[in-house]
Amino acid sequence: MAARDQHGPDAPWPDPATPEKNKFQVVGRAQRKIDGLDKATGRAVYTDDIQLPGMLHAKILRSPHAHARIVKIDASKALALDGVHAVITGADLPIKYGVIPWTPDENALALDKVRFIGDEVAAVAATSEEVANKATRLIEVEYELLDAFMDPVEALATKSPQIHETPKNPERGNVSKHVELEFGDVSAALEASDVTLAQDFRFHGTTHAPIEPHCAVAQVSPDGVLTLWSATQITHYVHRALARVLEKPASQIRVIQPALGGAFGGKSDPFALEFCVALLAERTGRPVKMLWTREEVFYAHRGRHPMQMHYHTGISKDGKLQAVDAKILIDGGSYSSFGLVTTYYSGQLLTGPYDFPNYRFNSTRVFTNKPPCGPKRGHGSVQPRFAFEVQLDELAEKIGMDPIELRRKNWQGADTKTVNGQRITSNGFHECLALVETASAWQERRGKLPHGRGLGVAGSMYISGTNYPVYPNDMPQAGIFLKADRSGLVTAFSGANDIGQGSSSVVRTIVAEELGLDPLDVRVVAADTDLCPVDLGAYSSRVTFMVGNATIDAARKLRKMVVGVVAKTWEINPRRVFMGSGEVFDLENRGQKISTREAFHLAETELDTLGTTGAYNTPKLGGDYRGGTIGASPAYSFTAHVVEVTVCTETGRITADNCWIAHDCGRALNPMLVAGQMEGSAYMGLAEANLEDHDVNRFGLHAGPSLLDYRIPTAVDTPELHALIVESLDPEGPYGAKEAGEGPLHPALPAISNAVYDAVGIRLRELPFTPGKVLSLLREKAEREASSTPQEVH
Amino acid sequence: MLRMQPFQLERPTTVADAARLLTELGENTMVVAGGTDALPNIKHELFTPKHVVSLADVEELRGISIEDDGTVVLGAMTTVDAVSKHAEILARVPALAQACGLIAGPQLRRMGTIGGNVLLDTRCQWYNQTYFWRKALGFCLKKDGSKCHVVESGSKCVAAASNDSAPVLMTLGAELVIFSHTGGERRVKLEDFWRADGIFNKKIQGHEILTSIRIPAPAEGHRGAYGKLRDRGAIDYPLLGVAVRLDLDGAGVVADADVVLIALQARPVRIKKAPDLLRGQQPGTEAFEAALADLAAAAYKQCHPMPNIPGDHDYRREMVPVFVRRTVEAAANNSGPVHHV
Repeated sequence: MAARDQHGPDAPWPDPATPEKNKFQVVGRAQRKIDGLDKATGRAVYTDDIQLPGMLHAKILRSPHAHARIVKIDASKALALDGVHAVITGADLPIKYGVIPWTPDENALALDKVRFIGDEVAAVAATSEEVANKATRLIEVEYELLDAFMDPVEALATKSPQIHETPKNPERGNVSKHVELEFGDVSAALEASDVTLAQDFRFHGTTHAPIEPHCAVAQVSPDGVLTLWSATQITHYVHRALARVLEKPASQIRVIQPALGGAFGGKSDPFALEFCVALLAERTGRPVKMLWTREEVFYAHRGRHPMQMHYHTGISKDGKLQAVDAKILIDGGSYSSFGLVTTYYSGQLLTGPYDFPNYRFNSTRVFTNKPPCGPKRGHGSVQPRFAFEVQLDELAEKIGMDPIELRRKNWQGADTKTVNGQRITSNGFHECLALVETASAWQERRGKLPHGRGLGVAGSMYISGTNYPVYPNDMPQAGIFLKADRSGLVTAFSGANDIGQGSSSVVRTIVAEELGLDPLDVRVVAADTDLCPVDLGAYSSRVTFMVGNATIDAARKLRKMVVGVVAKTWEINPRRVFMGSGEVFDLENRGQKISTREAFHLAETELDTLGTTGAYNTPKLGGDYRGGTIGASPAYSFTAHVVEVTVCTETGRITADNCWIAHDCGRALNPMLVAGQMEGSAYMGLAEANLEDHDVNRFGLHAGPSLLDYRIPTAVDTPELHALIVESLDPEGPYGAKEAGEGPLHPALPAISNAVYDAVGIRLRELPFTPGKVLSLLREKAEREASSTPQEVH
Repeated sequence: MLRMQPFQLERPTTVADAARLLTELGENTMVVAGGTDALPNIKHELFTPKHVVSLADVEELRGISIEDDGTVVLGAMTTVDAVSKHAEILARVPALAQACGLIAGPQLRRMGTIGGNVLLDTRCQWYNQTYFWRKALGFCLKKDGSKCHVVESGSKCVAAASNDSAPVLMTLGAELVIFSHTGGERRVKLEDFWRADGIFNKKIQGHEILTSIRIPAPAEGHRGAYGKLRDRGAIDYPLLGVAVRLDLDGAGVVADADVVLIALQARPVRIKKAPDLLRGQQPGTEAFEAALADLAAAAYKQCHPMPNIPGDHDYRREMVPVFVRRTVEAAANNSGPVHHV
């Protein structure tokens, strides 16, 4: 890690004349989002808004079979249809890819076999979507059906047929990834624990459902440069994947992400449509657009993995965690996607905010013939967190300890190391617990509310990016260019993908802070591979931390240039030159001042065209073992929730009334954006707990691939969300900031389960918490109590 | 986006013209009112009409009026939003306002019409899907196929009537006014309108137009309520709907009662024992509560939800007695609707 990568948590350029509290000029204040008005007024240009002269429309033919070999494809009738310009199949794009370079198992169009209902088989470019749709139905495909697996247990037990064949190692069967790691001596520690619990938990599977479906437009210039506009959250990986699959120099490809209508992890992989429009544009010489239907978005999926989890945890009578032993079966669906990382994350991210000296996890991801799973907000760790936090609640009950107290007691603290070797710097979890405890009136109300109402708590930890860069390299993870214009405007060129989380707003805030500018005098050009330096993309909650630090780096260099020239002009020490409120003045003679614009003129006159670059790279992190860098983050965020529920014992319906979300985001660069992320995360977690179900039926068909049948809560289904920001000031984050976009989701699910226990005395260990499940558990409880009463009498 | 299938759109401005067009254009012609159900169904290729006759411009089909004898007349093209908020509807037949107010969500209620809701196509998880999905399935009995996936080896379609307004209108003794170019006007009692066939559960022909719904003046001591079970507090079709009419006499004793359920099978289901069990009982008394418990048990016995619409059908059955009891209570107390938000 270079010196450029650490800038400290303090206000960079405090004006000695302002009071201590207001040392920052822009940071810490609620700022309107950079694209807020454009989106609110409908002016934002999304990928589907792009219309180019002569543009063709493409559609995909998908597999109606869950598992089948392709014997023959005959596209002659489709090609003969009036208005059809080209048809491509797997043979036209034979090179495999995958977002993780070690597991390239996807083809843009199925090459030899199809692996789920909805798998892509052929693509058509035509004069309209209607003609393209008609043409896809004229393509004749002969299939040879194979046994399909819907159940991960069965897929694991059956070695043949393999969903992905491994001729050199057929024994691998349908295992996608297996990880086993042990830290300490778990068996001995469990043996020695006063109290242990071993239980099974189940997570069902959910999807992202961003409001904007996937869309891509490609155009090839006469000199062969391919431009791809795509609704992606990782421009850089799409760029790399296109170069690989199209066998085209990356320098001949430009990838642009237009305004984006949500992603949540669902737009992290390279997708078939991006390769198809690119090749179709090359073949036809026309621009080509492909927009997926909502149903197709459900097939593209990459949503949260279903997991069957077994946790065995030991604790001492005084409430100290002794050992955790986890065994997890992960249903990966039909392709690898980020599955290698998911499998590690399912174990690696559990080791905070609590300290436990012994830990083992054994995670196996298997392929099944269902839409492929991938990263969804809180990638890989939401499911284990659910299981573990419910089990913690049960352990607290067993030893007669308040659940908040138990969590407090096992808090790992700041500046420490986890059992699996991860470095923890700032840690505001203790304060998070205190805030939700007070806000929810926990001590006065928990366990004391009328039957049917209850409070539940849960905690969590998440990464602010990771030092694992997906493909191995030592180049910066984030980069920024700054250009200072004679108009007084500073333009930041950022490779980061603003997917609604506000990354471009963060860049603007930081540039304005460092250069003392009105934020409106900073514009951001983002996510265009021709114009912007590489950033690894919007995933793993890395952007504020990494791009923020790169922005500080670039802005300080620019400031130094400008301040240096002004100091020289005024013949004073550069330390006396202050940039603030769009002006540059002498701190010791405040009457001596010029506008920033004039200062830029001076600097450009002296130094030539004004621009700087900035970058960030992570320090060396992680445990010294295979996989030890996966989940190793330069800083971790922490969250605690208390959820208040009402359970109707007659209908089984759980209503979340209140959710108090305390989240340690380091420093809130823009508290309004942080609170928005916290509320949105909690909303999504509550949705996954109570309603959403990415269900595949007995035929291998998605049970309801529409926004009518895949039930996302509406405004009236959403509880009061109370965002309580905790600022622990991380030593390495930009001004101390950490992530806020994913961590606050985790505790929502277990906190509901724990609240339901407080309300009606049942333990929900399987998601989603449907009313039917609640009623059946209530009945079991009543039967248990009825049968145990006589025994107590005797 | 899922594309609309091509059709020729006709926009008549009078009922007479609309009816004439339907007769002239013949088969493969579809009437569209608000379009909130018909248009998605066309996109899903559940219907592939060559011609669509839109009633959007037929002004004479809109509006609510009260005749001298207290009959409420609803123009078929009146939006369900308008029905749900109309002062006379709220005062005279509150259950209808409640049911219409719980259809879908606010935007759809401003498009969807009362006539369209009465004529709503039956719904099923194996049917309300895209062409691609249904083809991958191998289609189903209701459309393009020969197999039922709800009742394997079943020979009769069991798609569920899912219209919130229908059971309420049945309890109110409503009558449909239907017009055609060839036959002029005919009237049919809503309770005689249904067929026990999920493929097409209504006694209306392709060239006929539902023009209005007539609700006879309710009894002096009329009480009504609607109860709706659904996953979310908006948008969703019913997982179960319960309509209740209680007519109280001058002493506050039940003189007559009717309970009709929806979202179970192809046609609305009337709980046969309701009048006998509730007549003569006075709400608020223990005897009434006991009769209500018997009624809930009878409803449970009579109703057997199937896995036709999405969701757990065992749970839907468990909710039958709960919603019957709650909705009768709500009618007695004027506290409807019964809905979780």
